[in-house]
Amino acid sequence: MRLHISHNTTYRYDTPPATVTQILRLTPRNHDGQHVVRWRVELSEDCILHEHEDAYGNLTHTFTADGPLNELVITVSGEVDTQDTHGIVRNAVERFPPQFFLRETDLTKPDAAIRDLAAELRDAGDPATLPLLHRLLARLHRDIVFDVAPTSPTTTASEAFALKRGVCQDIAHIFLSASRLLGIPARYIGGHLARSDDALQQEAGHAWIEAHVPDLGWVSFDPANGISATDAYVRVAVGLDYLGASPVRGSRIGGAGEALKVAVAVAQSRQQIQD
Amino acid sequence: MLSRTADNLYWLSRYVERAEYLARIIEATQRLTALPLAYVGETNEWEGAIATAGCAAAFAEHHKEATESAVIDFLAFSRDNPSSIRSCLEQARSNARAVRTALTMEMWDSINGMWLELRRYGDGATSREELARFLRWVQESSLRYDGSAYRTMLRNDAYWFSRVGVYVERADNTARILDVKYHVLLPDNERVGGPLDYFQWSAILRSVSALTSYHWVYRDNLKPWLIADLLIMREEMPRSLASCYEAIVRNLDAIGNAYGRVGPAQRKARSIRTGLQNSKIDAVFQRGLHEFIGGFIRDNNQLNNAINQQFLS
Amino acid sequence: MATAFDEMNIGSGGVRLPYDQLFRWLNEQPQDALDYRRREAELIFRRIGITFAVYGEAEAQERLIPFDVIPRILAAAEWQKIERGLTQRVKALNMLISDIYGAREILRAGVIPDDMVFRNPAFRPEMNGQKVPHGLYVPIAGIDLVRVDADTFYVLEDNARTPSGVSYMLENREIMLRLFPELFARHRVTPVENYPDVLLETLTSIAPHTTAGEPTVVLLTPGVYNSAYYEHSFLADKLGIELVEGRDLFVRNEVVYMRTTTGPRRVDVIYRRIDDDFLDPLAFRPDSALGVPGLMSAYQAGNVTLANAVGTGIADDKAIYSYMPAVMQFYLGEEPLLKNVPTWRCREDDHLVYVLDHLDELVVKEVHGSGGYGMLVGPTASKIAIEQFRAKLKAAPDNFIAQPTLALSTCPTCIEGGIAPRHVDLRPYVLTGRRGTRIVPGGLTRVALKEGSLVVNSSQGGGTKDTWVLDN
Repeated sequence: MRLHISHNTTYRYDTPPATVTQILRLTPRNHDGQHVVRWRVELSEDCILHEHEDAYGNLTHTFTADGPLNELVITVSGEVDTQDTHGIVRNAVERFPPQFFLRETDLTKPDAAIRDLAAELRDAGDPATLPLLHRLLARLHRDIVFDVAPTSPTTTASEAFALKRGVCQDIAHIFLSASRLLGIPARYIGGHLARSDDALQQEAGHAWIEAHVPDLGWVSFDPANGISATDAYVRVAVGLDYLGASPVRGSRIGGAGEALKVAVAVAQSRQQIQD
Repeated sequence: MLSRTADNLYWLSRYVERAEYLARIIEATQRLTALPLAYVGETNEWEGAIATAGCAAAFAEHHKEATESAVIDFLAFSRDNPSSIRSCLEQARSNARAVRTALTMEMWDSINGMWLELRRYGDGATSREELARFLRWVQESSLRYDGSAYRTMLRNDAYWFSRVGVYVERADNTARILDVKYHVLLPDNERVGGPLDYFQWSAILRSVSALTSYHWVYRDNLKPWLIADLLIMREEMPRSLASCYEAIVRNLDAIGNAYGRVGPAQRKARSIRTGLQNSKIDAVFQRGLHEFIGGFIRDNNQLNNAINQQFLS
Repeated sequence: MATAFDEMNIGSGGVRLPYDQLFRWLNEQPQDALDYRRREAELIFRRIGITFAVYGEAEAQERLIPFDVIPRILAAAEWQKIERGLTQRVKALNMLISDIYGAREILRAGVIPDDMVFRNPAFRPEMNGQKVPHGLYVPIAGIDLVRVDADTFYVLEDNARTPSGVSYMLENREIMLRLFPELFARHRVTPVENYPDVLLETLTSIAPHTTAGEPTVVLLTPGVYNSAYYEHSFLADKLGIELVEGRDLFVRNEVVYMRTTTGPRRVDVIYRRIDDDFLDPLAFRPDSALGVPGLMSAYQAGNVTLANAVGTGIADDKAIYSYMPAVMQFYLGEEPLLKNVPTWRCREDDHLVYVLDHLDELVVKEVHGSGGYGMLVGPTASKIAIEQFRAKLKAAPDNFIAQPTLALSTCPTCIEGGIAPRHVDLRPYVLTGRRGTRIVPGGLTRVALKEGSLVVNSSQGGGTKDTWVLDN
């Protein structure tokens, strides 16, 4: 299907900063399941956007905006043609061998509870990788309640697991933590989802994971929705965890009272070109 | 030169200068309050001291009443007061540490020695004598620091920034005394002219170590407008506003020559100095001493901001 | 454990040649004369410590690492061997790092197992495929050597990140020149005082290609609260470069600038004494207040040189260390001139079995730690400690390596009431710039002041000595 995406990030400052430096990971790349037809990243400030590729192969834009700034708006818009590949991700940009994605990070470090979960799932049935991943997917989808209130971008997998609550990012971190414990390489994916309930306006992007399955390669799992990614998903950035795939990382000199607002709209195009 | 280094040098000098000034204020106030009431009236001089130190609001947060012991503790030893003598000396040393290699060994020794000695005083002075020793020690330490800077530093931007810090702080201090005490300098009081005012006037001069200078300059009894003239207009008087601005302009110009560029800080300083040079004390009194001083304190602050913007950040 | 090799005495009153003059001189000295100089040295150090003391008092005391006035002496021929070995070693380290972040040939050839690299926290994904100016990753290396006999020096550890201690090398010499001019008159000691010049030349030579004119070099420190701040300010002073903190620098359009009183000034080379993790909050730890936001993007754009490069920790990891002989064979086709200490990798089953059987003889070290924490020194450990360590080792064998307890060489050292042999090691500083590798003859000799102790770390009762390399 053809998806129209608009993704606006607005920073407002009570006290204007002198400068703002940011690195953006907001631009998707192609793989067998998605083709980027058109994509634009624009800033409300007049400054140079430097385009690079990061260690994982994500496209990045860096910039320094001069203040004083009362507001900074990053506007992303584009169109992507997608296909359902049953969750299998082929021909994506790969910069590391799968086992690199067994590395623990601060955000995904397991605690005893996640270790217990991994051990329990391992012993609960078919020990092959794919069934094991499906058990993990089903369990997290069932047990972790979607709730924006109790967690933040710095919440770790074990903290979220103890709460049994969190946003898609937290559930993804728990999945990564358990998967790596089970010896299955897994990575964080940030992107967009056209929601089935036709809710056009979303307050954040989406996050899920990909795990490496022998013979199949990278397979996507969305524990927040309990399914693999479909043609309603647009894959934007990959990393070991949220920090590596973060849509915006920034810092400012001066200023205070920063307020962040994100507005995402993902819509299916009216002019269908797929058959 | 790194902006941070210049900033540290500038503030290092300001903190040492401020510590010395606070010691003088406390000393002068003590003298005044030691006099029988008949000579000084019923005003609370300790309240005046707090106002002169520019920390009335901070003091009010911690104390209800401006008693002698509360004020002395707050101005000299308090850790709650970011502008107490203790806080100033601690800040001075932490600035010095950060730019150790930009200081001469003599300057470092004087600051570090000051800081080590400060710890001997622990939570305050136990007696009047000890307090007196402490206040004298602070003034001597400041002289030692100032002297070592003057005698050992290379004449380059590091030196000029540290000098500008001294004089911006000194100008602010002198202006604050005038701001708090302006009422005893108003012409109306001349007619009163009793001992009450005499001691107030001499206290003002003492707090800027100008009592002897006064007599040398004017060869006259204490007259309020002459005191104001001395502290505002007279370039030969080291703590006068005119003298401070002569030095500020000279040092900022040295920086401008070295860098081959003159900016808002130099222009602001020159303009303040010209204002002082072109004023007459009679005219100042006519327009209002209080307004004049208030305007000066604002100008001096604006210069501080201009220096900060142009060089230090 | 064999009897240690003594660098001066060969038994029955004989003395090794480099120590000939020193031995005679020591015999001429009345005991209290040496004691007197020792106290004098301490006084001078304390004064430098105080006048330079950029620290609070507690820290200033910590800094006063005991100094032993008897120099450690190496003959010209001995030094030449060491120098060749170090040059070879550092060349291999550079090639290894460049390969790991580039073509990964050594992994494809199976010399080092993939997971040792990819799962290693010291491997920095941010450096993957990244070019560094002039292909130089380790312009400044500190290689720790120990000596076991007249001919054999082992490499104990490679330090490829931010090796410290060079200020002691320079100060120790300074103080010896002041205290013992007559002793220098009897020897031809190669100078070390040109180290700052060589370092500056090295740093200047590796400026990025985009530099216009004379490159600007700065030293980046975490700040006054860092335990090595003294060394940072000492070196910046000797090099005549600015000592900057993260907040003094900023990045604009992928170029690094420092804030100066005359406006922004471009920075070309950063001698950074701050860990990778803290360099750039946009690339590494987001909570770092010590770094420079955007620094990595300037680095990746090739507009600034970081010395040492980011990610060099992968080469000085203790687990990678054990592969160094094979690494040198792979890249250079040469046998190492300086040997590795024989090392058992507990991740390999047969090695683990051996190690568990010989815990009371071995030194077991953690691969990702440093500084002697997760460590077992078998011969001096209690039975209980050994058993506790056995459990730790069995639970995570991958995390450990084991080495035999080496009989480190000894040097005559001043102790309470006389002179006695004490164990020493040596850290030479290897500088590599665009025009090749240079090593100022000598380095930092650390000495274990406690009788019989093999631990030379200053945190555990170690001291330092001046190191003399004689000129023929």
